[in-house]
Amino acid sequence: MSVVIEQPNQPRSRKGAQWEKRAWIFMRVSGLLLIFLILGHLMVNLVLPERGVKSIDFAFVAGKWASPFWQVYDGIMLWLALIHGTNGMRTLVNDYSEREWVRKTLNVSLWVVAIALIILGTLVITTFDPCIDPDVETYLPNVCKP
Amino acid sequence: MSTTVEATKEIAAIPSFTVTLMVRRFDPENDDEPKWQDFDVTMFGTDRVLDALHKIKWEIDGSLTFRRSCAHGVCGSDAMRINGRNRLACKTLIKDLDISQPIYVEPIKGLKVEKDLVVDMEPFYKAYRDVKPFLIASDKPAAERIQSPEDRARFEDTTKCILCAACTTSCPVFWTDNQYFGPAAIVNAHRFIFDSRDEAAEVRLDILNDKEGVWRCRTTFNCTEACPRGIEVTKAIAEVKQAVLRGRR
Repeated sequence: MSVVIEQPNQPRSRKGAQWEKRAWIFMRVSGLLLIFLILGHLMVNLVLPERGVKSIDFAFVAGKWASPFWQVYDGIMLWLALIHGTNGMRTLVNDYSEREWVRKTLNVSLWVVAIALIILGTLVITTFDPCIDPDVETYLPNVCKP
Repeated sequence: MSTTVEATKEIAAIPSFTVTLMVRRFDPENDDEPKWQDFDVTMFGTDRVLDALHKIKWEIDGSLTFRRSCAHGVCGSDAMRINGRNRLACKTLIKDLDISQPIYVEPIKGLKVEKDLVVDMEPFYKAYRDVKPFLIASDKPAAERIQSPEDRARFEDTTKCILCAACTTSCPVFWTDNQYFGPAAIVNAHRFIFDSRDEAAEVRLDILNDKEGVWRCRTTFNCTEACPRGIEVTKAIAEVKQAVLRGRR
């Protein structure tokens, strides 16, 4: 007589398994990149200008976004920070929400907000036009003057 | 006669102290909620928390319920939460705790309490079974399977697990929903994943590359701190994560 040993169970859910791995890798990579991006951002905006934080005005921002370098720089920072932050919030939601519908609702609202912010932010960076009103001369950069 | 008197004197000379134990009690037949109950016991410097529990059960209240088998730190039956930390009651000397305050003894967290300090260990064992904690090899050798000392050393640390559940029930991720495999299951998967004689490392890595697998580990190090065998649990989990990323051991 042979003893039949019950087969141990298979993984509880195969769905989304690779996603969890990718999310984990993304958090490490984006976190590392963000350290340098954000430090660079603070350096350029707050430390290097002569008058520090006081030098940030419409013209300062418009001047930065006139250069494709800063458009790309800020674009990458926007995408990475929002996805990194939202994914971090997602893990918190998964940890703390006990009811399935609460978890789903919170996660869906998180991603809706994140995607809306990413779209709006990207739109601003890529389509930014400093010449809103050419009559106002005081704070607009020189490029706008006729 | 005189020897008896002297022996008694000698025993009396051993310093003893009175300590208060606050035990989390729950009787499923009469209680809706668990409650704290305090016991004053006289103990000696060589006594452990388990001895105090024995004293309560044998001399004060026989209804106090807890698990213990070997009582010497090998079987892993008496893991409990002592002053907020997961410990084996049989390895925790009372004199090492702050005896000016009551000592709080609770069941381990995250598993359903059955009575007093006894919890339902089934979810813990299920996670353990799910990682296939046994040697899987295709050949059937006539003699022992030879392994070099270096290959053996690779998983030495994780062979020490006694399945007491101190690590898993100290993990805040496990407390939330019981779905996470938990440190103990990953430690026991590690023990076979990195065993050169085993052939199913990929299968176990695939099982742990799960929504509820290694990626839920937040490296809070509670498990490493709780392990009564001194296993570097968080390190073992990190090694399994690395192996999942590589796709092999």
